[in-house]
Amino acid sequence: MTARTVESVEPHAPPAGRRIARRPNRWNLLGVAAVAYVVLQVASVVTTNENFAWPMIGRYLFAPPILHGIGLTIWLTVVVMLIGVLLGVPLAIMRISGNPLVSGAAWCYVWVFRGTPLLIQVIFWFNISALFPVIHLSIPFGPSLALGSANSLITPLTAAVIALALNEAAYMAETIRGGLLGVDQGQRDAARALGMTGSGVLRMIMPQAMRMIIPPTANNTITTLKNTALVSVIGIADLLHSAQIIYAQNYQTIPLLIVAALWYLALTSLLGIGQNRLERHFGKGARPMAARGRDGR
Amino acid sequence: MTDVMLEVRAVRKSFGHVEVLRGIDLTVPAGNVACIIGPSGSGKSTLLRSVNALESVDAGEIRLGGELIGCTERGTGLVALPEKQTAAQRARMGMVFQRFNLFPHLTALENVMAGPVRVQRRPKDEVRREASDLLDRVGLADRVEYYPAHLSGGQQQRVAIARALAMKPELMLFDEPTSALDPELVGEVLDVMRELARDGMTMLVVTHEMGFAREIADTVTFMDEGVIVEHGTPAEVIDSPRHERTREFCARI
Repeated sequence: MTARTVESVEPHAPPAGRRIARRPNRWNLLGVAAVAYVVLQVASVVTTNENFAWPMIGRYLFAPPILHGIGLTIWLTVVVMLIGVLLGVPLAIMRISGNPLVSGAAWCYVWVFRGTPLLIQVIFWFNISALFPVIHLSIPFGPSLALGSANSLITPLTAAVIALALNEAAYMAETIRGGLLGVDQGQRDAARALGMTGSGVLRMIMPQAMRMIIPPTANNTITTLKNTALVSVIGIADLLHSAQIIYAQNYQTIPLLIVAALWYLALTSLLGIGQNRLERHFGKGARPMAARGRDGR
Repeated sequence: MTDVMLEVRAVRKSFGHVEVLRGIDLTVPAGNVACIIGPSGSGKSTLLRSVNALESVDAGEIRLGGELIGCTERGTGLVALPEKQTAAQRARMGMVFQRFNLFPHLTALENVMAGPVRVQRRPKDEVRREASDLLDRVGLADRVEYYPAHLSGGQQQRVAIARALAMKPELMLFDEPTSALDPELVGEVLDVMRELARDGMTMLVVTHEMGFAREIADTVTFMDEGVIVEHGTPAEVIDSPRHERTREFCARI
Protein backbone atom coordinates (compact mmCIF):
# COMPACT_ATOMS: atom_id res chain seq x y z
CA MET A 1 0.00 0.00 0.00
CA THR A 2 2.78 2.40 0.91
CA ALA A 3 4.67 1.49 -2.25
CA ARG A 4 1.66 2.27 -4.41
CA THR A 5 1.34 5.78 -2.90
CA VAL A 6 5.01 6.51 -3.54
CA GLU A 7 4.77 5.40 -7.19
CA SER A 8 2.07 7.93 -7.98
CA VAL A 9 4.11 10.82 -6.62
CA GLU A 10 6.74 12.75 -8.64
CA PRO A 11 10.29 11.52 -8.06
CA HIS A 12 11.56 14.50 -6.02
CA ALA A 13 8.39 15.38 -4.13
CA PRO A 14 8.56 14.94 -0.35
CA PRO A 15 6.94 11.72 0.90
CA ALA A 16 3.24 12.13 1.56
CA GLY A 17 2.32 11.77 5.23
CA ARG A 18 -0.86 10.00 6.29
CA ARG A 19 -3.88 12.29 6.40
CA ILE A 20 -5.31 13.10 9.79
CA ALA A 21 -9.09 13.16 9.81
CA ARG A 22 -10.84 15.90 11.71
CA ARG A 23 -12.85 14.80 14.70
CA PRO A 24 -16.50 15.88 14.38
CA ASN A 25 -17.58 18.31 17.08
CA ARG A 26 -20.51 16.97 19.08
CA TRP A 27 -21.67 20.51 19.99
CA ASN A 28 -21.70 21.53 16.34
CA LEU A 29 -24.22 18.80 15.54
CA LEU A 30 -26.35 19.81 18.50
CA GLY A 31 -26.25 23.44 17.37
CA VAL A 32 -27.33 22.53 13.85
CA ALA A 33 -30.23 20.51 15.22
CA ALA A 34 -31.35 23.35 17.50
CA VAL A 35 -31.19 25.93 14.70
CA ALA A 36 -33.08 23.65 12.33
CA TYR A 37 -35.83 23.16 14.94
CA VAL A 38 -36.25 26.91 15.50
CA VAL A 39 -36.22 27.74 11.77
CA LEU A 40 -38.85 25.13 11.00
CA GLN A 41 -41.01 26.22 13.92
CA VAL A 42 -40.88 29.88 12.87
CA ALA A 43 -41.58 28.98 9.24
CA SER A 44 -44.62 26.91 10.21
CA VAL A 45 -46.04 29.63 12.49
CA VAL A 46 -45.46 32.42 9.98
CA THR A 47 -47.12 30.52 7.13
CA THR A 48 -50.02 28.92 9.00
CA ASN A 49 -51.07 31.71 11.38
CA GLU A 50 -53.53 33.73 9.32
CA ASN A 51 -53.27 36.73 11.65
CA PHE A 52 -50.05 37.59 9.85
CA ALA A 53 -52.30 38.45 6.90
CA TRP A 54 -49.62 38.23 4.22
CA PRO A 55 -51.94 39.36 1.41
CA MET A 56 -52.58 42.49 3.45
CA ILE A 57 -48.85 43.09 3.81
CA GLY A 58 -48.47 42.70 0.06
CA ARG A 59 -51.25 45.17 -0.55
CA TYR A 60 -49.81 47.89 1.70
CA LEU A 61 -46.11 47.39 0.99
CA PHE A 62 -46.24 49.91 -1.86
CA ALA A 63 -49.25 51.94 -0.75
CA PRO A 64 -48.77 55.68 -1.50
CA PRO A 65 -48.92 56.80 2.19
CA ILE A 66 -46.24 54.22 3.05
CA LEU A 67 -44.01 55.33 0.16
CA HIS A 68 -44.53 58.93 1.23
CA GLY A 69 -43.55 58.01 4.77
CA ILE A 70 -40.37 56.34 3.49
CA GLY A 71 -39.52 59.54 1.65
CA LEU A 72 -39.88 61.58 4.82
CA THR A 73 -37.88 59.07 6.87
CA ILE A 74 -35.02 59.17 4.36
CA TRP A 75 -35.18 62.99 4.17
CA LEU A 76 -35.05 63.22 7.99
CA THR A 77 -32.10 60.82 8.15
CA VAL A 78 -30.12 62.79 5.56
CA VAL A 79 -30.83 66.21 7.08
CA VAL A 80 -30.17 64.99 10.62
CA MET A 81 -26.87 63.37 9.65
CA LEU A 82 -25.72 66.48 7.77
CA ILE A 83 -26.45 68.77 10.69
CA GLY A 84 -25.07 66.18 13.10
CA VAL A 85 -21.72 66.07 11.27
CA LEU A 86 -21.57 69.85 10.83
CA LEU A 87 -22.08 70.36 14.57
CA GLY A 88 -20.05 67.30 15.53
CA VAL A 89 -16.79 68.50 13.91
CA PRO A 90 -16.48 71.73 15.95
CA LEU A 91 -17.65 69.90 19.08
CA ALA A 92 -14.94 67.26 18.56
CA ILE A 93 -12.25 69.89 18.00
CA MET A 94 -13.49 71.70 21.11
CA ARG A 95 -13.31 68.47 23.10
CA ILE A 96 -9.63 67.86 22.23
CA SER A 97 -8.64 71.49 22.67
CA GLY A 98 -6.24 72.24 25.50
CA ASN A 99 -8.53 74.92 26.95
CA PRO A 100 -10.43 73.32 29.87
CA LEU A 101 -13.39 75.72 29.55
CA VAL A 102 -13.83 75.00 25.85
CA SER A 103 -13.41 71.24 26.18
CA GLY A 104 -15.61 71.30 29.29
CA ALA A 105 -18.40 72.99 27.35
CA ALA A 106 -18.26 70.36 24.63
CA TRP A 107 -18.13 67.61 27.24
CA CYS A 108 -21.22 69.05 28.91
CA TYR A 109 -23.10 69.13 25.60
CA VAL A 110 -22.31 65.49 24.93
CA TRP A 111 -23.17 64.59 28.52
CA VAL A 112 -26.64 66.13 28.32
CA PHE A 113 -27.63 64.98 24.85
CA ARG A 114 -26.31 61.43 25.15
CA GLY A 115 -27.40 61.06 28.73
CA THR A 116 -31.12 61.71 28.27
CA PRO A 117 -33.60 59.59 26.31
CA LEU A 118 -34.03 60.73 22.74
CA LEU A 119 -37.78 60.30 23.12
CA ILE A 120 -37.78 62.93 25.88
CA GLN A 121 -35.72 65.27 23.69
CA VAL A 122 -38.20 64.88 20.82
CA ILE A 123 -41.20 65.64 23.05
CA PHE A 124 -39.26 68.47 24.70
CA TRP A 125 -38.55 70.32 21.45
CA PHE A 126 -42.11 69.70 20.31
CA ASN A 127 -43.34 71.48 23.46
CA ILE A 128 -40.68 74.20 23.51
CA SER A 129 -43.39 76.87 23.21
CA ALA A 130 -44.42 76.09 26.78
CA LEU A 131 -40.95 77.19 27.88
CA PHE A 132 -40.40 80.05 25.43
CA PRO A 133 -43.71 81.29 24.01
CA VAL A 134 -41.86 83.87 21.89
CA ILE A 135 -38.48 83.23 20.36
CA HIS A 136 -35.95 86.05 20.65
CA LEU A 137 -32.56 86.71 19.20
CA SER A 138 -30.76 88.36 22.10
CA ILE A 139 -27.56 89.25 23.89
CA PRO A 140 -27.40 87.86 27.47
CA PHE A 141 -29.03 90.42 29.78
CA GLY A 142 -29.03 92.84 26.81
CA PRO A 143 -31.46 93.89 24.09
CA SER A 144 -33.40 91.27 22.16
CA LEU A 145 -35.26 90.95 18.89
CA ALA A 146 -38.47 88.94 18.82
CA LEU A 147 -38.52 86.56 15.84
CA GLY A 148 -42.01 85.21 16.29
CA SER A 149 -44.09 82.86 18.39
CA ALA A 150 -42.57 79.46 19.11
CA ASN A 151 -45.70 77.72 17.92
CA SER A 152 -45.37 79.16 14.44
CA LEU A 153 -41.57 78.86 14.22
CA ILE A 154 -41.15 75.37 15.69
CA THR A 155 -43.41 73.18 13.62
CA PRO A 156 -43.50 69.48 14.47
CA LEU A 157 -41.05 68.85 11.62
CA THR A 158 -38.66 71.54 12.88
CA ALA A 159 -38.90 70.10 16.39
CA ALA A 160 -38.14 66.64 14.99
CA VAL A 161 -35.10 67.88 13.04
CA ILE A 162 -33.77 69.87 16.00
CA ALA A 163 -34.22 67.00 18.44
CA LEU A 164 -32.66 64.33 16.23
CA ALA A 165 -29.85 66.58 14.93
CA LEU A 166 -28.74 67.93 18.33
CA ASN A 167 -28.73 64.39 19.66
CA GLU A 168 -26.84 63.06 16.66
CA ALA A 169 -24.28 65.88 16.97
CA ALA A 170 -23.34 64.56 20.40
CA TYR A 171 -22.71 61.08 19.01
CA MET A 172 -20.85 62.43 15.96
CA ALA A 173 -18.66 64.58 18.21
CA GLU A 174 -17.56 61.49 20.09
CA THR A 175 -17.06 59.53 16.87
CA ILE A 176 -14.94 62.25 15.28
CA ARG A 177 -12.97 62.83 18.47
CA GLY A 178 -12.23 59.11 18.65
CA GLY A 179 -10.98 59.15 15.06
CA LEU A 180 -8.70 62.13 15.61
CA LEU A 181 -7.27 60.70 18.82
CA GLY A 182 -6.88 57.29 17.19
CA VAL A 183 -4.25 58.55 14.75
CA ASP A 184 -0.78 57.64 15.96
CA GLN A 185 1.01 60.56 17.63
CA GLY A 186 3.98 59.78 15.36
CA GLN A 187 1.94 60.97 12.38
CA ARG A 188 1.53 64.38 13.97
CA ASP A 189 5.26 64.42 14.78
CA ALA A 190 6.17 63.53 11.21
CA ALA A 191 3.93 66.23 9.75
CA ARG A 192 5.24 68.84 12.17
CA ALA A 193 8.85 67.79 11.55
CA LEU A 194 8.29 68.58 7.86
CA GLY A 195 7.34 72.11 8.90
CA MET A 196 3.57 71.77 8.78
CA THR A 197 1.36 73.74 11.18
CA GLY A 198 -2.15 73.25 12.58
CA SER A 199 -4.28 73.01 9.43
CA GLY A 200 -1.53 71.26 7.44
CA VAL A 201 -1.10 68.65 10.17
CA LEU A 202 -4.88 68.18 10.31
CA ARG A 203 -4.92 67.61 6.54
CA MET A 204 -2.26 64.91 6.87
CA ILE A 205 -3.99 63.03 9.67
CA MET A 206 -7.60 63.53 8.49
CA PRO A 207 -7.50 60.74 5.87
CA GLN A 208 -6.26 58.38 8.57
CA ALA A 209 -8.82 59.63 11.08
CA MET A 210 -11.48 59.09 8.40
CA ARG A 211 -10.75 55.36 8.40
CA MET A 212 -11.77 55.34 12.05
CA ILE A 213 -14.62 57.84 11.67
CA ILE A 214 -16.40 56.38 8.63
CA PRO A 215 -17.46 52.95 9.97
CA PRO A 216 -19.04 54.28 13.19
CA THR A 217 -20.61 57.15 11.21
CA ALA A 218 -22.26 54.64 8.90
CA ASN A 219 -23.39 52.87 12.03
CA ASN A 220 -24.72 56.16 13.43
CA THR A 221 -26.63 56.69 10.19
CA ILE A 222 -28.32 53.33 10.59
CA THR A 223 -29.20 54.18 14.19
CA THR A 224 -30.52 57.59 13.13
CA LEU A 225 -32.68 56.02 10.44
CA LYS A 226 -34.29 53.81 13.06
CA ASN A 227 -34.48 56.65 15.60
CA THR A 228 -36.55 58.74 13.17
CA ALA A 229 -39.43 56.40 14.06
CA LEU A 230 -39.56 58.22 17.42
CA VAL A 231 -40.92 61.35 15.73
CA SER A 232 -44.15 59.47 15.08
CA VAL A 233 -45.10 60.48 18.65
CA ILE A 234 -45.29 64.13 17.61
CA GLY A 235 -47.47 63.34 14.63
CA ILE A 236 -45.01 63.51 11.75
CA ALA A 237 -45.99 61.27 8.86
CA ASP A 238 -42.76 59.30 8.72
CA LEU A 239 -42.73 55.63 7.76
CA LEU A 240 -43.93 54.34 11.14
CA HIS A 241 -46.58 57.01 11.61
CA SER A 242 -47.93 56.44 8.10
CA ALA A 243 -48.36 52.78 8.98
CA GLN A 244 -50.00 53.75 12.26
CA ILE A 245 -52.48 56.02 10.51
CA ILE A 246 -53.53 53.14 8.28
CA TYR A 247 -53.93 50.59 11.07
CA ALA A 248 -55.84 53.10 13.18
CA GLN A 249 -58.51 52.90 10.47
CA ASN A 250 -58.46 49.21 9.51
CA TYR A 251 -57.18 47.63 12.75
CA GLN A 252 -54.59 45.57 10.82
CA THR A 253 -51.91 46.50 13.35
CA ILE A 254 -49.49 43.60 12.93
CA PRO A 255 -49.47 43.49 9.11
CA LEU A 256 -48.78 47.22 8.89
CA LEU A 257 -46.08 47.09 11.54
CA ILE A 258 -44.50 44.31 9.47
CA VAL A 259 -44.75 46.51 6.37
CA ALA A 260 -42.89 49.28 8.21
CA ALA A 261 -40.36 46.85 9.68
CA LEU A 262 -39.64 45.33 6.24
CA TRP A 263 -38.93 48.79 4.84
CA TYR A 264 -36.69 49.75 7.77
CA LEU A 265 -34.83 46.46 7.30
CA ALA A 266 -34.43 47.13 3.57
CA LEU A 267 -33.12 50.65 4.20
CA THR A 268 -30.68 49.62 6.95
CA SER A 269 -29.44 46.75 4.75
CA LEU A 270 -28.75 49.20 1.92
CA LEU A 271 -26.85 51.43 4.33
CA GLY A 272 -24.92 48.39 5.55
CA ILE A 273 -23.76 47.67 2.00
CA GLY A 274 -22.69 51.30 1.62
CA GLN A 275 -20.80 51.03 4.90
CA ASN A 276 -18.82 48.03 3.64
CA ARG A 277 -17.87 49.89 0.46
CA LEU A 278 -16.71 52.94 2.39
CA GLU A 279 -14.65 50.87 4.79
CA ARG A 280 -12.93 49.18 1.90
CA HIS A 281 -12.19 52.50 0.23
CA PHE A 282 -10.73 54.14 3.32
CA GLY A 283 -8.69 51.04 4.16
CA LYS A 284 -6.35 51.97 1.25
CA GLY A 285 -2.72 51.36 2.05
CA ALA A 286 -3.53 50.18 5.54
CA ARG A 287 -3.29 46.44 5.10
CA PRO A 288 -0.85 44.10 3.45
CA MET A 289 -1.25 43.43 -0.27
CA ALA A 290 -2.08 39.76 0.23
CA ALA A 291 -5.15 40.61 2.29
CA ARG A 292 -6.41 43.31 -0.09
CA GLY A 293 -9.74 42.91 -1.80
CA ARG A 294 -10.56 39.68 0.02
CA ASP A 295 -12.91 40.63 2.75
CA GLY A 296 -12.27 44.30 3.25
CA ARG A 297 -10.82 43.94 6.69
CA MET B 1 38.17 76.12 11.98
CA THR B 2 34.87 74.57 10.95
CA ASP B 3 31.51 76.32 11.29
CA VAL B 4 29.25 75.27 14.13
CA MET B 5 25.99 73.83 12.76
CA LEU B 6 24.23 73.05 16.02
CA GLU B 7 24.81 74.56 19.40
CA VAL B 8 22.93 73.45 22.51
CA ARG B 9 23.50 75.52 25.68
CA ALA B 10 22.26 74.76 29.21
CA VAL B 11 19.00 73.23 27.96
CA ARG B 12 16.48 72.18 30.59
CA LYS B 13 13.15 70.44 30.10
CA SER B 14 10.61 69.02 32.53
CA PHE B 15 7.54 66.87 32.01
CA GLY B 16 5.41 67.68 35.04
CA HIS B 17 7.67 67.22 38.05
CA VAL B 18 10.24 65.11 36.23
CA GLU B 19 13.19 67.00 34.83
CA VAL B 20 14.31 64.97 31.81
CA LEU B 21 16.98 67.39 30.55
CA ARG B 22 19.08 68.92 33.31
CA GLY B 23 21.37 71.37 31.59
CA ILE B 24 22.61 69.98 28.30
CA ASP B 25 25.55 71.46 26.38
CA LEU B 26 26.42 70.09 22.99
CA THR B 27 28.13 71.45 19.90
CA VAL B 28 28.03 69.82 16.47
CA PRO B 29 30.35 71.32 13.82
CA ALA B 30 29.08 71.37 10.22
CA GLY B 31 29.69 68.09 8.44
CA ASN B 32 30.12 66.15 11.65
CA VAL B 33 28.29 63.05 12.80
CA ALA B 34 27.46 63.19 16.49
CA CYS B 35 26.09 60.07 18.15
CA ILE B 36 24.20 60.14 21.43
CA ILE B 37 24.09 56.93 23.43
CA GLY B 38 22.59 56.12 26.78
CA PRO B 39 20.03 53.99 28.58
CA SER B 40 16.33 54.45 27.91
CA GLY B 41 14.88 57.32 29.91
CA SER B 42 18.18 59.17 29.83
CA GLY B 43 16.59 62.05 27.89
CA LYS B 44 18.36 61.51 24.57
CA SER B 45 15.16 61.31 22.51
CA THR B 46 13.78 64.36 24.28
CA LEU B 47 16.98 66.22 23.45
CA LEU B 48 16.59 65.32 19.78
CA ARG B 49 12.92 66.37 19.78
CA SER B 50 13.88 69.61 21.51
CA VAL B 51 16.49 70.40 18.86
CA ASN B 52 13.73 70.02 16.26
CA ALA B 53 11.37 72.10 18.46
CA LEU B 54 8.87 69.23 18.54
CA GLU B 55 9.18 69.76 22.29
CA SER B 56 9.58 73.24 23.72
CA VAL B 57 12.39 73.55 26.26
CA ASP B 58 12.00 75.35 29.59
CA ALA B 59 15.40 77.04 29.66
CA GLY B 60 18.59 77.26 27.65
CA GLU B 61 19.35 77.93 24.00
CA ILE B 62 19.43 75.84 20.87
CA ARG B 63 21.01 77.41 17.79
CA LEU B 64 21.01 76.13 14.24
CA GLY B 65 23.66 77.86 12.16
CA GLY B 66 23.72 80.57 14.82
CA GLU B 67 19.93 81.18 14.78
CA LEU B 68 17.91 80.60 17.93
CA ILE B 69 15.44 77.73 17.55
CA GLY B 70 11.91 77.95 18.95
CA CYS B 71 12.42 81.31 20.67
CA THR B 72 13.78 84.79 20.18
CA GLU B 73 15.49 87.50 22.23
CA ARG B 74 13.20 89.94 23.97
CA GLY B 75 14.84 92.48 26.24
CA THR B 76 17.20 90.50 28.42
CA GLY B 77 15.15 87.29 28.19
CA LEU B 78 13.86 84.80 25.65
CA VAL B 79 10.31 84.39 24.40
CA ALA B 80 8.82 81.50 22.43
CA LEU B 81 8.34 82.06 18.70
CA PRO B 82 4.91 81.86 17.07
CA GLU B 83 4.13 78.35 15.80
CA LYS B 84 4.45 79.38 12.13
CA GLN B 85 8.04 80.58 12.56
CA THR B 86 8.98 77.55 14.64
CA ALA B 87 7.53 75.36 11.90
CA ALA B 88 9.70 77.13 9.33
CA GLN B 89 12.74 76.36 11.49
CA ARG B 90 11.71 72.70 11.78
CA ALA B 91 11.62 72.52 8.00
CA ARG B 92 15.36 73.26 7.97
CA MET B 93 16.06 70.03 9.86
CA GLY B 94 15.28 66.50 8.73
CA MET B 95 13.94 64.12 11.35
CA VAL B 96 13.94 60.33 11.14
CA PHE B 97 11.85 58.51 13.74
CA GLN B 98 12.29 55.16 15.39
CA ARG B 99 8.94 53.95 14.06
CA PHE B 100 9.32 55.57 10.59
CA ASN B 101 6.00 57.47 10.85
CA LEU B 102 5.41 57.37 7.10
CA PHE B 103 1.98 58.62 6.03
CA PRO B 104 0.14 55.32 5.40
CA HIS B 105 -2.31 56.75 2.86
CA LEU B 106 0.47 58.04 0.60
CA THR B 107 2.82 56.04 -1.63
CA ALA B 108 6.57 56.08 -1.03
CA LEU B 109 6.94 58.78 -3.69
CA GLU B 110 4.07 60.87 -2.28
CA ASN B 111 5.58 60.59 1.18
CA VAL B 112 8.86 62.01 -0.10
CA MET B 113 7.02 64.73 -2.04
CA ALA B 114 4.81 65.76 0.90
CA GLY B 115 7.20 68.27 2.46
CA PRO B 116 8.44 70.12 -0.63
CA VAL B 117 4.96 70.30 -2.19
CA ARG B 118 2.82 71.08 0.85
CA VAL B 119 5.26 73.10 2.95
CA GLN B 120 7.71 74.66 0.50
CA ARG B 121 4.97 74.97 -2.16
CA ARG B 122 7.35 73.97 -4.93
CA PRO B 123 6.09 72.83 -8.36
CA LYS B 124 5.04 69.17 -8.37
CA ASP B 125 6.91 68.06 -11.51
CA GLU B 126 10.23 69.32 -10.27
CA VAL B 127 9.65 67.79 -6.81
CA ARG B 128 8.60 64.46 -8.34
CA ARG B 129 11.89 64.26 -10.24
CA GLU B 130 13.90 65.03 -7.11
CA ALA B 131 11.88 62.60 -5.03
CA SER B 132 12.47 59.76 -7.52
CA ASP B 133 16.17 60.56 -7.47
CA LEU B 134 16.18 60.45 -3.68
CA LEU B 135 14.35 57.12 -3.60
CA ASP B 136 16.87 55.87 -6.14
CA ARG B 137 19.66 57.07 -3.90
CA VAL B 138 18.32 55.06 -0.94
CA GLY B 139 17.97 52.02 -3.22
CA LEU B 140 14.18 52.07 -3.65
CA ALA B 141 13.80 53.11 -7.29
CA ASP B 142 11.54 50.09 -7.86
CA ARG B 143 9.30 50.83 -4.88
CA VAL B 144 8.12 54.40 -5.62
CA GLU B 145 4.46 53.46 -6.07
CA TYR B 146 4.27 51.21 -2.99
CA TYR B 147 2.28 52.11 0.08
CA PRO B 148 4.20 51.90 3.38
CA ALA B 149 2.20 48.84 4.46
CA HIS B 150 3.68 46.94 1.51
CA LEU B 151 7.29 47.79 2.38
CA SER B 152 9.58 46.10 4.88
CA GLY B 153 10.69 48.03 7.96
CA GLY B 154 14.10 48.71 6.44
CA GLN B 155 12.51 49.98 3.23
CA GLN B 156 10.09 52.18 5.16
CA GLN B 157 12.94 53.71 7.14
CA ARG B 158 14.85 54.41 3.92
CA VAL B 159 11.74 56.15 2.52
CA ALA B 160 11.57 58.15 5.76
CA ILE B 161 15.20 59.22 5.28
CA ALA B 162 14.44 60.24 1.68
CA ARG B 163 11.39 62.17 2.91
CA ALA B 164 13.55 64.10 5.36
CA LEU B 165 16.26 64.73 2.73
CA ALA B 166 13.67 66.08 0.27
CA MET B 167 13.48 69.25 2.38
CA LYS B 168 17.20 69.82 1.73
CA PRO B 169 17.90 69.99 5.46
CA GLU B 170 20.94 71.64 7.01
CA LEU B 171 20.94 69.05 9.77
CA MET B 172 19.62 65.48 9.97
CA LEU B 173 18.27 64.13 13.24
CA PHE B 174 17.94 60.37 13.74
CA ASP B 175 15.96 59.04 16.71
CA GLU B 176 17.03 55.39 17.14
CA PRO B 177 16.48 54.77 13.43
CA THR B 178 17.23 51.04 13.60
CA SER B 179 15.71 50.10 16.95
CA ALA B 180 12.35 49.03 15.52
CA LEU B 181 13.91 46.92 12.75
CA ASP B 182 14.42 43.19 12.47
CA PRO B 183 18.16 42.50 12.85
CA GLU B 184 18.63 41.54 9.20
CA LEU B 185 17.21 44.89 8.05
CA VAL B 186 19.46 47.12 10.19
CA GLY B 187 22.34 47.01 7.73
CA GLU B 188 20.50 48.55 4.78
CA VAL B 189 19.48 51.58 6.85
CA LEU B 190 22.96 52.05 8.31
CA ASP B 191 24.38 51.85 4.77
CA VAL B 192 22.21 54.79 3.72
CA MET B 193 23.27 56.76 6.79
CA ARG B 194 26.93 55.93 6.16
CA GLU B 195 26.52 57.25 2.63
CA LEU B 196 24.98 60.47 3.94
CA ALA B 197 27.81 60.98 6.39
CA ARG B 198 30.32 60.47 3.59
CA ASP B 199 28.53 63.16 1.55
CA GLY B 200 29.18 65.61 4.38
CA MET B 201 25.71 65.80 5.96
CA THR B 202 25.67 67.06 9.53
CA MET B 203 23.98 64.38 11.61
CA LEU B 204 22.83 64.02 15.18
CA VAL B 205 22.08 60.35 15.81
CA VAL B 206 20.54 58.74 18.87
CA THR B 207 21.52 55.10 18.54
CA HIS B 208 22.26 51.81 20.22
CA GLU B 209 24.44 50.66 17.29
CA MET B 210 27.89 50.86 18.87
CA GLY B 211 29.59 49.48 15.78
CA PHE B 212 28.03 52.21 13.67
CA ALA B 213 28.97 54.90 16.19
CA ARG B 214 32.54 53.69 16.39
CA GLU B 215 32.87 53.63 12.60
CA ILE B 216 31.03 56.80 11.52
CA ALA B 217 30.76 59.18 14.47
CA ASP B 218 33.11 62.11 14.95
CA THR B 219 31.91 62.43 18.52
CA VAL B 220 30.00 60.21 20.91
CA THR B 221 28.00 61.62 23.80
CA PHE B 222 26.87 59.42 26.67
CA MET B 223 23.73 60.66 28.43
CA ASP B 224 22.22 59.38 31.64
CA GLU B 225 19.42 60.78 33.81
CA GLY B 226 19.17 64.01 31.84
CA VAL B 227 22.81 65.00 31.90
CA ILE B 228 25.79 64.45 29.63
CA VAL B 229 28.09 62.10 31.49
CA GLU B 230 30.82 61.81 28.92
CA HIS B 231 31.63 63.30 25.53
CA GLY B 232 34.51 62.60 23.20
CA THR B 233 35.70 60.61 20.20
CA PRO B 234 34.23 57.12 19.76
CA ALA B 235 37.55 55.65 20.89
CA GLU B 236 37.47 57.67 24.09
CA VAL B 237 33.83 57.15 25.06
CA ILE B 238 33.13 53.64 23.80
CA ASP B 239 36.49 51.94 24.08
CA SER B 240 37.99 53.58 27.14
CA PRO B 241 35.24 55.32 29.09
CA ARG B 242 36.39 57.33 32.08
CA HIS B 243 33.13 57.23 34.01
CA GLU B 244 31.76 54.24 35.84
CA ARG B 245 28.23 54.71 34.40
CA THR B 246 29.54 54.82 30.82
CA ARG B 247 31.62 51.73 31.46
CA GLU B 248 28.61 49.84 32.83
CA PHE B 249 26.42 50.90 29.90
CA CYS B 250 28.98 50.00 27.23
CA ALA B 251 29.60 46.65 28.87
CA ARG B 252 25.89 45.81 28.72
CA ILE B 253 25.40 46.70 25.05
